[in-house]
Amino acid sequence: MQTAKELRAAGAPPLVDMKDISIAFGGIKAVDKVSIDLYPGEVVGLLGHNGAGKSTLIKVLSGAYQKDAGEIFIDGERVEIHNPRDARNNNIETIYQTLALADNLDAASNLFLGRELVTPLGFIDDSAMEAECRKIMARLNPNFQKFNEPVSALSGGQRQSVAIARAVYFNARILIMDEPTAALGPMETQMVADLILKLKAQGIGIFLIDHDVHSVMQLCDRACVMKNGQTVGTVDIEDVTDDDLLSMIILGKNPKEKKA
Amino acid sequence: MTDTTSQPIPIKTEVSMFQKLELDTRLLGMIGAFVILCIGFNIMTDGRFLTPRNVFNLTIQSVSVAIMACGMVFVIVNRHIDLSVGALLATTSAVMAMMQTQILPNTFGLELGHPMIWILAIVSGLIVGTSIGAFQGWLVGYLTIPAFIVTLGGFLIWRNVAWYLTSGQTIGPLDKNFLVFGGTNGTLGVTYSWIFAAIAAAMALYGISRARRGKIAHGFPVKPFWAEATLAIATIAAIFGFIWTLNSYAIPSRRLARMFEARGEVMPEGLVVGYGLPVSVLILIVVAVAMTIIARSTRLGRYIFATGGNPDAAELSGINTRFLTVKIFALMGFLCALSAVVASARLANHSNDLGTLDELRVIAAAVIGGTALAGGFGTIYGAILGAFIMQALQSGMAMVGVDAPFQNIVVGTVLVLAVLLDIVYRKRLGAK
Repeated sequence: MQTAKELRAAGAPPLVDMKDISIAFGGIKAVDKVSIDLYPGEVVGLLGHNGAGKSTLIKVLSGAYQKDAGEIFIDGERVEIHNPRDARNNNIETIYQTLALADNLDAASNLFLGRELVTPLGFIDDSAMEAECRKIMARLNPNFQKFNEPVSALSGGQRQSVAIARAVYFNARILIMDEPTAALGPMETQMVADLILKLKAQGIGIFLIDHDVHSVMQLCDRACVMKNGQTVGTVDIEDVTDDDLLSMIILGKNPKEKKA
Repeated sequence: MTDTTSQPIPIKTEVSMFQKLELDTRLLGMIGAFVILCIGFNIMTDGRFLTPRNVFNLTIQSVSVAIMACGMVFVIVNRHIDLSVGALLATTSAVMAMMQTQILPNTFGLELGHPMIWILAIVSGLIVGTSIGAFQGWLVGYLTIPAFIVTLGGFLIWRNVAWYLTSGQTIGPLDKNFLVFGGTNGTLGVTYSWIFAAIAAAMALYGISRARRGKIAHGFPVKPFWAEATLAIATIAAIFGFIWTLNSYAIPSRRLARMFEARGEVMPEGLVVGYGLPVSVLILIVVAVAMTIIARSTRLGRYIFATGGNPDAAELSGINTRFLTVKIFALMGFLCALSAVVASARLANHSNDLGTLDELRVIAAAVIGGTALAGGFGTIYGAILGAFIMQALQSGMAMVGVDAPFQNIVVGTVLVLAVLLDIVYRKRLGAK
């Protein structure tokens, strides 16, 4: 299999290509003509201050927000994403910062929320869903046992694993992770990092929103830095240092331009 | 993720026989409170409270509120409220009363007592109720007006639409076929009631065993067999006990004699005939079963609970929460109309004050039954039990001779205390 870098060099169409995306809230341009692309098996980090527009940009792709202008291409074909359902139909899965779990339901119900398994008569098949849930949790988090309790009774790490299971279970090709480790301890953070590398090896393209420059350096192939709704620059991780990224985030300047 | 801290190696704790039953302790507490209430009133009234006659009356008096409480569970679970149910009941009742006494016989020339009259009257009532409910749901879901405001407006509007339609007059007597849904005028009779009990017991048994087999088939843990069997026997005993009580209430001999006279026969001397299961209670049972199935085993129900638990998560999961709101209020409207059938048929006429204060009784029943106003939690059986507890409290106090103002003071206190108990219970359980 070709690496993402080779694919990019060969001029193959990207898995995701977001072109000139703009979105405004009441006159404030949250995202202003931002373009970003993603290749299979690639992890692209999105960096920036709070309010830089990272989450907003990515919510356009996950269907939570509607873009005002711009185009989205998947495998070179133009798609319209009006709602989360459209995104899912394009094999885009999202792990939200808030996890987006219904706290009063159990793990299986959350895993299949909006995509329930049903019996031939159209009734929800809870047993089948629990069985599938047990299977995937055995892979992701073998210690997970609380299958019949509402997710409000779970720890932060367990809740996170339910949210990840939901994104992974449905064979996502494009995965969006919005600060997946923000609420986790060091061990759990390492688990997420391992998982990202595993998914990447399977050819899944991943957008990773993160505050932590070090984890971006460790996990990502490219990084896109945003400030005030615009891109400061998109760089290959191999070409930059932690400090370069930090100065891009803070100063809003692209180091390459500086050198030139 | 690996979570070593919060999952210690399970320590072998002694599980008592009682815990092995895996009972819903909340439900058990409510049943306990209900039983204590009934026995208390029975002692205070020298055994008049728990007679078959009073149980029968209590049951048919609770039906109307209980049916609406089932719908209110969905509304409240979805983080909304419906203050218009009593008024909606009045409007739909007025529509049905006008249909059967004026429009169908006069405008369409149907003979009085024609079988199409009750059918068309009820269908029109159900359509009106569902449409009004759907409209209110649209205002809440799509125009994002808070449900409290929409239904507060509805409370004033539909109460007075009913008044306007009927010019404030009591309309009656209603069609004699229609009265079958009211209670005393329509019961299954002893034999059919026993048959019903047998079918219900068989279905309960089938349901329990099917759920158990499903779990075993997937290799999930199940309760010990004796625990399951105990529960099954308790359920069946409750079904037969209830039917036995209703069957024991004999139709008064004068009334029976009149029924024989109406058929041109003479009543045999010393004949005793029990009422059996009222048709209205049968409707309630069907509603309860259907609503429970919707809540537990359909996408609609799952989405209602998910949206109540976390509206954002539901929306991000691709659930159309706006249309969901419309469906919930439409269902509520449908059930209001169904309640209107039972309520007006029980009184044999439509009166202008029908359903007054029902919105508060219905909300109270749902809340006493464990529906959390914060959304996400609630059960159909809880709400029905809540309706019965309220009715038992009210008629019990009336029989004991508590002054009217004190009756409402007690009901209000019980409502607040029930919610307090629920909060304490949930905290101890560790759930939110």
